Amino acid sequence: MDWVIEAEALTKKFEDLVAVDGISFRIAQGECFGFLGPNGAGKTTAIRMIQCVSPVTSGKLTVLGMDVGGRQREIKALLGVCPQEDNLDPDFTAWKNLLVYARYFGIRREEAEKRAKDLLEFMQLTEKKDVEIPKLSGGMKRRLVIARALMNDPKLLILDEPTTGLDPQARHLIWDKVRELRKRGVTVLITTHYMDEAQQLCERLVIMEKGRILVEGVPADLISRSVGSGVVEVLSPTDGMDAWLRKGEWIYEKAGDRAYLYTDDNRSLRERILREFPAANVIIRDATLEDVFLKLTGRGLRD
Amino acid sequence: MSVLSNISRRSWAVWQRNKDVFFFTWKTNFLPPFLEPILYLLAMGFGFGMLIQELPPPWDQYTYAEFLGPGLIAISAMYGAFFECTYGSFVRMHYQKTFDAIVATPLTIEDVIAGEILWGATKSFINASIVALVVAAFGLLSFPSFLLVIPITFLAGLAFGALAMIFTALVPNIDSFNYPFFLLITPMFLFSGTFFPLEILPEGVQAVALALPLTHTTIVMRDFGLGLFGWMDLLSLLYLTVLTLVAFYAAVWMMRRRLVS
Ligand SMILES: Nc1ncnc2c1ncn2[C@@H]1O[C@H](COP(=O)(O)OP(=O)(O)O)[C@@H](O)[C@H]1O
Ligand SMILES: [Mg+2]
Repeated sequence: MDWVIEAEALTKKFEDLVAVDGISFRIAQGECFGFLGPNGAGKTTAIRMIQCVSPVTSGKLTVLGMDVGGRQREIKALLGVCPQEDNLDPDFTAWKNLLVYARYFGIRREEAEKRAKDLLEFMQLTEKKDVEIPKLSGGMKRRLVIARALMNDPKLLILDEPTTGLDPQARHLIWDKVRELRKRGVTVLITTHYMDEAQQLCERLVIMEKGRILVEGVPADLISRSVGSGVVEVLSPTDGMDAWLRKGEWIYEKAGDRAYLYTDDNRSLRERILREFPAANVIIRDATLEDVFLKLTGRGLRD
Repeated sequence: MSVLSNISRRSWAVWQRNKDVFFFTWKTNFLPPFLEPILYLLAMGFGFGMLIQELPPPWDQYTYAEFLGPGLIAISAMYGAFFECTYGSFVRMHYQKTFDAIVATPLTIEDVIAGEILWGATKSFINASIVALVVAAFGLLSFPSFLLVIPITFLAGLAFGALAMIFTALVPNIDSFNYPFFLLITPMFLFSGTFFPLEILPEGVQAVALALPLTHTTIVMRDFGLGLFGWMDLLSLLYLTVLTLVAFYAAVWMMRRRLVS
């Protein structure tokens, strides 16, 4: 097996803060792998070690078969990175941004122009070619950053929260493009705190919190393994109802004025509840990664 | 040594980036270095200079405008790189995140800083060469020896650019640049033999002035501009070269410390 990334007990400390705490994972050639987790989980820190801009505190990290300690220029030449914060060059137009970036990789002018043209078209930005960066919308900037990340035809594309802060149309466009890239065989590493995004795009993912990996797996497996396939939500249960709900063979959780019951057979559980409490306000739905995540990390507010 | 081994030819891509931005707005960029020396020459050289009967030796055979001209070239060489590698580099580093974008490519942070300093020196070269041509056009320089002034503008630019980058590695925010400008650049501007000969200063003050980089830049500019050559010029060139090497090394090292965590 050709691993694109191999991390073993990877750790990053900032003075007394452990931002990444001994995580181990492997990403295979051609897969879309997700880092999922709330703000501050350590996703960006892990990515910055992978892209060789932040030194590893301890542990082992190999990217495309090369150790990040020694062969940084070679590794960086093969990566495409869309950073969490847009850092397009505000002094240039969209077009010039791509050409200047290509120069950092030593790509010849004609080749760079050809790629820039193709990538602007691919990201649906052709008519924005001559627009200066401050005049682009958030979604356009994000797409341009992705186009820029593809200029060197990377072996691994890293997307750090590619759709945070975008409207639904812009998000869906980016998802479509990531899927297209996947079909072409590009390996993708994506971070997000949107569960639906991870469920949409990732074949395999890890859920991180406080620098640690809580679980790893295929989204559907993770869901059935940790919460079952279905959810029953009971709105504003009475005390008596609540006591009864707590005692079942399902998984019970309470958040705010809502009880969450996890079970594979949510239809028959709803009927049982309604037989017991005809006045209960009950909703059923499929379980999502969000349920897994909230079950693992608790529903309390963080920060 | 990792500071030096992390610098490569790829630095030129950083230099090219800054050059491209500069030539996008070239009209506004070329006008100040062209007009400023004319204003200074008219007001100080020919206006204020009228009040000066005779300069003290060894400058007694020169008019005040002839004395002042090379000083203006040296000042321009200092400001070009110092502005670029303080305010310019800080904006790119801190506000525009240009450095972050570049280090995600095969360039190292050392490449970026080297490219920035080279670009700063280029700004000195462009600005101060224009000043030199303007001063020459007023007939105040000796031909052809003043052509030697042109490469010196680049050397001085390297020294002042590297020095500026040390401050850029240290300041917490952009307003803090007031300190090096107020405490270092402005005093140099006034007391480095630019506007009056150092010989008229008390000896103790002369010794302080001789420690300043602009003093040595001015010495070389004036001697080469007026067609005089002496031992002092070699010493001054040596001073600028050593300063460049030491400050460059320190700047690159300090920038890695600031930016890589
Ligand atoms: N350069 C840094 N210096 C100090 N602490 C940092 C630095 N970068 C990140 N951190 C801290 O590390 C933790 C993880 O941050 P980050 O990797 O950005 O999380 P995420 O990307 O998952 O939101 C946070 O507590 C953050 O404040
Ligand atoms: Mg992040």
